[in-house]
Amino acid sequence: MIMKKFLGTVLVLALLTGSLFASGQKDASKDDGSVSGSIVVLTHRTDWVDTKFQDYLKAFHVKYPNVNVEFEAITDYNGTVRTRMGTKEYGDVLSMVTVPPTPSDFANFYEPLGTQADFAKKYDFVDTSTTIAFGGIVYGYPVNANVGGGFVYNKKVFADAGIKKMPKTTEEFYKDLELIKTKTTAVPIFMNYPAQWTLTQWEGGRLTFAGDAEYLNKMIHDDAPFSPGTPHYELYKIMYEVVKRGLSEKDMLTSDWELSKQMMADGKIGVMALGSWAIGQVRALSKNPENIGYMPYPAAVKGKMYAEVALDYNIAVNKYSKNKSAALAWAKFFANDSGYAKDMESIPALKGSAFPAVLSAFSESGVVYLIGAAPKAGEDGLFDKLDKESEIGFWQAPQKIRIIDAAMGTTKESYDDIMKDWNARWSKARKTLGIN
Amino acid sequence: MKRFTELTYKKQQTVISILFLFVPLTLILVLGYLPICNMVGYSFLKWDGLGKKEFIGLGNYFELFSRNENFGVFFVSIYYFIGSFVQLGFALLFATLLSFKMKGQNLFKGVLFFPNLINGVAIGFIFLFFFRDTGTLNTFLRMMGIESNVLWLTNPKLINYSLAATSVWRYMGFNMVMFLGAMQSISGEIYEAADLDGANRWQMFRFIIFPSIKPIIKLNLILSIKGALSVFEIPYIMTGGGNGSSTFVIRTMDTAFKFSKIGLASAMAVVLTIIILLITAVQEKAFKEKE
Repeated sequence: MIMKKFLGTVLVLALLTGSLFASGQKDASKDDGSVSGSIVVLTHRTDWVDTKFQDYLKAFHVKYPNVNVEFEAITDYNGTVRTRMGTKEYGDVLSMVTVPPTPSDFANFYEPLGTQADFAKKYDFVDTSTTIAFGGIVYGYPVNANVGGGFVYNKKVFADAGIKKMPKTTEEFYKDLELIKTKTTAVPIFMNYPAQWTLTQWEGGRLTFAGDAEYLNKMIHDDAPFSPGTPHYELYKIMYEVVKRGLSEKDMLTSDWELSKQMMADGKIGVMALGSWAIGQVRALSKNPENIGYMPYPAAVKGKMYAEVALDYNIAVNKYSKNKSAALAWAKFFANDSGYAKDMESIPALKGSAFPAVLSAFSESGVVYLIGAAPKAGEDGLFDKLDKESEIGFWQAPQKIRIIDAAMGTTKESYDDIMKDWNARWSKARKTLGIN
Repeated sequence: MKRFTELTYKKQQTVISILFLFVPLTLILVLGYLPICNMVGYSFLKWDGLGKKEFIGLGNYFELFSRNENFGVFFVSIYYFIGSFVQLGFALLFATLLSFKMKGQNLFKGVLFFPNLINGVAIGFIFLFFFRDTGTLNTFLRMMGIESNVLWLTNPKLINYSLAATSVWRYMGFNMVMFLGAMQSISGEIYEAADLDGANRWQMFRFIIFPSIKPIIKLNLILSIKGALSVFEIPYIMTGGGNGSSTFVIRTMDTAFKFSKIGLASAMAVVLTIIILLITAVQEKAFKEKE
């Protein structure tokens, strides 16, 4: 979020030199002395870099005592790293930044790691992911996947408001929020407007409303994918309505993400729209973690509820790395042996790993997991190009801010005006890019 | 080759001035003019920042001017422009007060200049707390006996005033120090003479201080207008441009880094630069004619 030379906390670790460390450990059987050298690992986990990552490093050193690893944790990860990718200096290993570079450009930035077919045997999600491979070649190790969109909610607040069953339609959802507003002191739904990225979390709900893994591939060929009744229209209608009906926090512009997690944990908030990755963070702050639950968006397609599952950051190796063997060793270790997916309480990508307990209740409620289908042949990256060209920015905040501003009454637009404009932008972008 | 000391004085002077100028000139060329030239070059491209570049001539400029929303945001600058007059007024007031002998002079100078030294991000967060419904400002007003439940940022009618006030708080000290510097270059004898002639403080300001610091006032005015047109940091950090507080630079940054249209964003930056240059030129002319 911060544009000035705010490269984040650059944490340089004082490491024992490999040789010193190795002298005591030489007879350990797992020692792989053949890989050595120093590597820089870029990560977006500013919060974990000097805690959990240090544990991973210890485990890594058991196997590779001669590799020096230096972490560089970066706030505003995508923006900063994308800029650095204009040079050759973007670490040896990094959380893979995509679009841009579009999949067709991956080979200019990332080291090829293997064929998609081979990877799919070992990892889930690789075969359909749009941002890990191009032309059958994989450029990043998948680590974990999350449910893209849903509501983290506080079960106690729901019980106090007298809500007995989960809402299945948007009208039921609004009614439940009204109940929370009248019967409890909690804020029914918290938007976290100033943090901005929090608003982009809503986008994870699109396939819930579509109930169709191929939906995005169809959108490319649609001139009006935001008309009433379409997934995006219905999804963002909720965002608009909850603000318009006064169900969100009162002082919208000064709310604070870190504080909101604590409020959620303490039962002062009913629901927040977030990916499943957030459950663990809220639970960690709660005295009664079992009170924190997760539910899908209130929509059913032909009687079934869906939730989109997508890969988190993948781990890629810089094509220009001077120490590729060490870099590959770390990337592979991080994906397979670090336990990161488990620590995240998210769905592991490595086949045969355990499913996290937090999501089991979610699955038990009969939600069907949906993985977005891979683009059709010759249509790689088109969806993202349209997204950028039209400046709708599905995973960017500006248009969500526009929706909320309209709902708050700051601007005079109606929700339908905005959706009409989205349709116009989309069809214009399709023309500009020459898509039929 | 001759030794340096054997050169004529004139030549020595030239060599030394070139050597001394070399460092700042290199810096300004590499970090100032080179990026600007690059930016102008980018503004003719269709480019996402990483992929291949495609030359599209003036295409970006046509697109830029065909979209009204790009220029509506300039209305927000008016708040900051008005704010900058308040800012200059306060700066002048405090500078004048501090230019006379008084107790705790240096302490006050420090206190008033301090906000300038704080990082913009920190200021953003401080003021988010300050303007919260249960925050410092409302609590203070309640303590004074005023029942205040004002949503300083969420109320769309107030948000730009609140943000402009934050900007005034932040930059006032800088203007003050500039004024103070200019005032201190006025010789003490002139004040003494004025004192003997029976001039009061206001007359001293009106007829001695004000004319002497006129060039600095002019400079500060130009800087204020430039600042008002290119407001970025405070609204970006505090509101992300939401609730009607978006500015042209925020739009430019979004275009470049959220929608990856580096070419279009460069064109926007070029247009802003030209607008600022034009306004400065007009201002310059207006000042000259008065003199």
